[in-house]
Amino acid sequence: MIGSLALSLTIHLALLLLFAPLLQGVITKTKALFAGRVGAPLLQPYYDLARLMRKGFVFSRTTTWVFQAGPVVGLAVPLLASLLIPFGGLAAPISFEGDFILFVYLFALSRFFTATAALDTGSSFEGMGAAREVTFSCLAEPTMLFTLLVLARLSGGLSLNTLFGKHLLDAWHSEAGTSLGLILVCLFVVLLVENSRIPFDDPNTHLELTMIHEVMVLDHSGPAFGMILYGASLKMMVLGAIVVRLALPWQTGWWLSDALLFMAGLIAMAVFIGVIESIMARLRLPRVPQMLIGTSLLSIFALVLVLR
Amino acid sequence: MNLLFSALIILFGGSLIALLTRKSTLATRVGTLSVLTATPLAICDALTVLIGGQPLALNLPWSVPGGEFALLLDPLAAFFVLPIAVLSLFCALYAGPYMRHDGQTRSLAPHWFLFNIMIVAMLLVVTAANTVLFLSAWEMMTISSFFLVAWNHRQEEVRKAAWLYLLVAHFGMVLLLALFILVSSYCGSLNFSDFGSLSQLPLSSASVLYLLALFGFGVKAGLFPVHIWLPDAHPAAPSHVSALMSGVLIKTAIYGILRFLCLLPPAPAWWGWLLALLGATGALYGISLAAQQRDIKRCLAYSTVENVGIIFLGLGFGMVATANGQPTIAMFAYAGGLLHLWNHALFKGVMFLGAGTLVHATGTRDMNRMGGLLRRMPLAGVLWIGGSLAISALPPLNGLVSEWLIYISLADAGITQQGFVALAPLLLIGLLGMVGALALLTFSRLIGICLLGEARDPVAANAHEAKPAMLISMGVPLAACLTIGLFPQGALRLLSTTLLQLTGNPIETELVSAVSPLGNAAVLLLFALGAITVVFVWLRHRRPQTQSTTWGCGYQFPSPRISYTGEGYSELALRHLLPKIMRPDISGGRINGMFPAPTKLAQQAHDPVLTRILLPLFISIANRFQRLRWLQQGQLPIYLCYIFITNTILMIWCLWAGRHAGG
Repeated sequence: MIGSLALSLTIHLALLLLFAPLLQGVITKTKALFAGRVGAPLLQPYYDLARLMRKGFVFSRTTTWVFQAGPVVGLAVPLLASLLIPFGGLAAPISFEGDFILFVYLFALSRFFTATAALDTGSSFEGMGAAREVTFSCLAEPTMLFTLLVLARLSGGLSLNTLFGKHLLDAWHSEAGTSLGLILVCLFVVLLVENSRIPFDDPNTHLELTMIHEVMVLDHSGPAFGMILYGASLKMMVLGAIVVRLALPWQTGWWLSDALLFMAGLIAMAVFIGVIESIMARLRLPRVPQMLIGTSLLSIFALVLVLR
Repeated sequence: MNLLFSALIILFGGSLIALLTRKSTLATRVGTLSVLTATPLAICDALTVLIGGQPLALNLPWSVPGGEFALLLDPLAAFFVLPIAVLSLFCALYAGPYMRHDGQTRSLAPHWFLFNIMIVAMLLVVTAANTVLFLSAWEMMTISSFFLVAWNHRQEEVRKAAWLYLLVAHFGMVLLLALFILVSSYCGSLNFSDFGSLSQLPLSSASVLYLLALFGFGVKAGLFPVHIWLPDAHPAAPSHVSALMSGVLIKTAIYGILRFLCLLPPAPAWWGWLLALLGATGALYGISLAAQQRDIKRCLAYSTVENVGIIFLGLGFGMVATANGQPTIAMFAYAGGLLHLWNHALFKGVMFLGAGTLVHATGTRDMNRMGGLLRRMPLAGVLWIGGSLAISALPPLNGLVSEWLIYISLADAGITQQGFVALAPLLLIGLLGMVGALALLTFSRLIGICLLGEARDPVAANAHEAKPAMLISMGVPLAACLTIGLFPQGALRLLSTTLLQLTGNPIETELVSAVSPLGNAAVLLLFALGAITVVFVWLRHRRPQTQSTTWGCGYQFPSPRISYTGEGYSELALRHLLPKIMRPDISGGRINGMFPAPTKLAQQAHDPVLTRILLPLFISIANRFQRLRWLQQGQLPIYLCYIFITNTILMIWCLWAGRHAGG
């Protein structure tokens, strides 16, 4: 019991901590190839992290400990949240009835500290980013809850392990398949919003005015910024794990093949995100809430279909 | 019971002695000392009943007609006595240093008299077992809190807020009088112990009683459409009074509703749906308005409307589940509602007391004049941030535990019920999620604008740290919040006797085993946070560190005027999420001409229920009554004539009715 828990904990954390930054590299590489460039090496995010960890800190004179709590919470939350989520066929090490609520509120905790850390600098740019982030989450959070409830209704349980259990494969073939398709779209949108990807946010623009997440972390530097980047890639992998599990519900029962399938799924998802970023423009800011309201309605529609 | 009774005596005696003192310091000493000695006694008694489950009773002769000095401390009453006593203790401890400055210019004797009387009244309300005693305690509570709200009566807005409170509270009192007259005529007695026959009432008359209780008590509780007094009264009162009112005084109304639910016949599902939907609407309404306020205490007052809504959602859904024959789901919903009541008393206490330290330090309630206060008052700031985390229901604090229980009950009902009936609880989950996200917006705004960044005004730059007694009275409730978040099992065990009384089902072990993994996860989170903090601190010592200005695109001299204001922070959410009627009024800001002159932009938040519905309604009623002004001639003979005519009519009616009955 303890041994198997320790084993699954180790596999989970090792997968998460080692693999997560690669997704960022895959996205960048895909975009580069799409644009006809060679692009940065796939492992560039790892090099970046290593470089940032060796650098020094620059703190604004305005800031307090809240500013430094942002990166800490931003790293701790995806770590804990990853333990609640099954990675493909690998069951989550920590699982209990109702853990999906905790999962949603854990990310709220990291949002609280990212937003307050941004406000701590006293900069108007970062205040703007914080305001945008908390506003959009008001719409993303109900969507996330509704999609999880569709899965709960299908599985009859309330833990994330049951929600993303073996029944998903049969559910895709049954009449619930439509609902699953709808919530897959919703979850993918939530993934893009939460990880500040195009078309909702652009991490690469040079204009602070147009950004959401990146503008909140403008003042972080050195290892603190490294922690933020690392936390962001962990978050992407954790939320991506949900999407991948939903899209690829197969499992073999042997942990190594399950892990390989899961990683292949994540890389495919990263390539897909890269393609989307290459072929789409960023949405105008007032369009983002409308789009999110649309996905909320879509998830409610999926819920109604399941109840039918 | 003797302990609670002696607590009442001590408090009452303390209030009288405080009234006789002439020096403010002496009044403070007497008042604080009596609360500090009395409340632990009440806490002891409440804990005995909550753990043992055996009710305690006390009957004393009382010469008031129809009245009997009957006190009953059953688990339901003890459930309310505990937060009342705990919060009173800390508010009294806080009031001394908070009011010291006020005490130099005026006598604090009336303050301490009223404060102690208010605590006595609250304790009596939840333990009274006789209608006359209950109603007199209820009225005593209203009047004493009215005078405390009006403490700074030299300001016009305070007077207005106090009048509104008194008016609305008495509107509720009228409903309550009707309720108790109906009940005592059904049962033929004024004692609660004889109200057992209420459970045989037909559904229609029971529904009338339920509605009377719901709105009569709901007025005090801040139930959604009748919450209007609350956002005005809480900012007007001194902060420790606001904390006590918001934390426990309004909860006595929830006690009233629950007490009647225990007496009335088994509730049909629509009673529960009505309560749950009013609660959910109130939660969304309260938090959307809280996000607009620039007055920090008004913001907290609207957040009270939100939290009371969540409590009602839990209790209402518990009634629905009981009516549908799902005792386990009902247990989760009731447990969530009840625990949220305790949690709210704790973290709202911290928040209001913290707001008080900010007001004390800066002399303003306007968040746009604060900023950078965390540097000037580091300890009070940390406690306030902790309270904000708890009130936004974030792990690892206690707000999440109670909301989690409500979520679980809704989700359980949603996945077990067949067909479209299941949609309602599932939609309520999404709604609760949105309330949570808006609460995060509201409280990250409160923290971010008040405590962080640069001081926006000289008053904030010259702020001072709070006194130790004030910090202790914030710190201990916050520690309780963290304890409940990490070990929710203990709090639920304490709730079990009350739950047993409300639902009649002893399934305490199921609840405790369901909630303990949540507590373990919170411990794990705290552990992870601690570990990463250690790594971070280690890195900070190893790497070079420089101080600089905030990045401003190369601009080196940032001024607080460029940082975000409270209005700016919530503007995007208000514009895109709220219906137009809920948005604040915006005036000015129009720019004309090629070389525009300086212009002004102002934003004014208003309560749409008050300004769009109730005020126009009452104004039109008042205008109708203008037509009866000719009755008021202002001459004594005419009024005497009115009295004569009325008496004659009454006498004739009496004679007629007597003959009719006799014949």
